Amino acid sequence: MKPACVVKDVKKGLVRMLNALDRLMLEKVADLHEIPQGAYNIRKNGEGVQRNTTANIDIVTKKDQPGIDVFVKPHTQGESVHIPVIVTEEDITDVVYNTFDIGEYSDVLVVAGCGIHNSGSRKSQHDGIHNFFVRKGARLKYVEKHYGEGDGKGQRVLNPKTIIEVEDGAVVELELVQIKGIDSTVRDTEIRLAENAKLVVTERLLTYKDQEAESNITVELSGANSSAQIISRSVAQDHSRQSFYFDLIGRNKARGHIQCDAIIMHEATVRSTPRISAYHSEAQLVHEAAIGKIESEQLIKLMTMGLSEKEAEDTILKGFLG
Amino acid sequence: MLELEKVSWQVEETETEILRSIDLTLAAQKIYAITGPNGGGKSSLAKMIMGVYTPTSGRILLDGQDITQLSISERARQGIGYAFQNPPRFKGIKVEELLKLAAANNPEKVNIYDLLYDVGLCAQDYLERDVDASLSGGEMKRIEIATVLARNLRVAVFDEPEAGIDLWSFQKLAETFTSIHQKYDTTIVIISHQERILELADEIILMVNGKISLQSTKDKILAGILHNEACLCSERCEKGVGQNA
Ligand SMILES: Nc1ncnc2c1ncn2[C@@H]1O[C@H](COP(=O)(O)OP(=O)(O)OP(=O)(O)O)[C@@H](O)[C@H]1O
Ligand SMILES: [Mg+2]
Repeated sequence: MKPACVVKDVKKGLVRMLNALDRLMLEKVADLHEIPQGAYNIRKNGEGVQRNTTANIDIVTKKDQPGIDVFVKPHTQGESVHIPVIVTEEDITDVVYNTFDIGEYSDVLVVAGCGIHNSGSRKSQHDGIHNFFVRKGARLKYVEKHYGEGDGKGQRVLNPKTIIEVEDGAVVELELVQIKGIDSTVRDTEIRLAENAKLVVTERLLTYKDQEAESNITVELSGANSSAQIISRSVAQDHSRQSFYFDLIGRNKARGHIQCDAIIMHEATVRSTPRISAYHSEAQLVHEAAIGKIESEQLIKLMTMGLSEKEAEDTILKGFLG
Repeated sequence: MLELEKVSWQVEETETEILRSIDLTLAAQKIYAITGPNGGGKSSLAKMIMGVYTPTSGRILLDGQDITQLSISERARQGIGYAFQNPPRFKGIKVEELLKLAAANNPEKVNIYDLLYDVGLCAQDYLERDVDASLSGGEMKRIEIATVLARNLRVAVFDEPEAGIDLWSFQKLAETFTSIHQKYDTTIVIISHQERILELADEIILMVNGKISLQSTKDKILAGILHNEACLCSERCEKGVGQNA
């Protein structure tokens, strides 16, 4: 009976401290319709407002700088940590340092998202610096979603930096999504893989109007038999600009594959700069990149099924950004 | 029901006419087969009917109404359908979504499972898959056919539906064509090089060099083509009986 009561109280607390707008933001960035199961830490306008820990997952406020330390005990199975950030004020630059220790042989989902609602005329910015240590044999799925809204002229800026150390035999799945409302973003991702470690990155990006997005992903295959797959899909519309830098480094007998696909529309600009470097004769590295408009055959096919050109275009883009 | 009057088409950049003054009348509820050498203009004719290309000159009528200037989407809504020779693939769109989109305007409730069954695919194995490069050529072709079978059409054009489909499934496919033909009273046009498909047709149309060089009942044409009495070359050849020679 007792745990049920705890959940109920927390829920009340959530309703009190977060208004409808906050909850909408949480839904957009963390798929949260209500209080998350498991551990969570909700940060709003530069302050932690709500937290829950579990028997296996502890969250501790950092003493020397803003941010939290998240500890996942070894062998923790099937639990999740939600750490959404919402920014609803203008003229704010929130910098946060979060460190995650994902214990040996655990299997967890971490959802970090940032939603900015800025109706003002000045900038709202959130820079999240995330450090992960994924211990031996652990499995981590890390989802990071960005969302912005508000009708003001104030810029909505997000500059996340994610550094992941993947230890022996650990498996990391990374999902980076930015679909709406962020005016400017520079995303830096650095990942190092030890022996037998495995990484899959999926990136989804949509920019429009005058938005600007830069994504830099560096993956170092340090250990023998490590492998990495990076799948990046983006759509650039209107006058927006996107730059991608992929740096895949093979230091051992390892396999790496980058697949990067961009659909370009209107007056947008997309630049993709791949680099693959091998420091070992058994490193196998592949880079595939394509930028182009929507294939006309795809549009025609959907139109022959009765869709209008606009509907066909929306269907293709929606599928592509999945 | 569908009439093409002196329809010609030439690609803007080049001088060559790809379709040359085509006159063709398709009657309601019949099955037609179009055959002829590679590059003869069969797919171009199909795309012309679908509205993918607009004639340089000539008119297209559907039930007496001029549809020459109608867009692809408008023609689709009037009940014209086309199964591509080389169907495009879509990243991130599932077989189920594509078929549901295809069936969206069919007033009859379409069962997606039956649809896949009709093209010889097991629904459980395919509904969740993306219509992307991971599908084999034959699988893609079958799904393409299913997107046309999903619709309630006046005219359905299938562009080499048998290409890449294994022999074993061939018969099933033939039955499927005949059954939608009966179910929706659809006029069916099948572009094909296969004798077994040609045999399904009431009439066979022979296209050579951008022109309809012969249109007749299947018996007459098959007798001619299959016994190699008529040569399909556009130039005079060894046999000396080139169509346009
Ligand atoms: N969009 C286009 N631009 C330029 N040339 C074209 C275009 N479409 C078709 N053609 C040319 O027109 C001719 C007829 O092509 P079409 O695809 O209609 O032939 P087909 O009879 O379907 O041939 P196959 O049996 O090989 O499928 C070919 O020579 C082709 O190269
Ligand atoms: Mg063809």
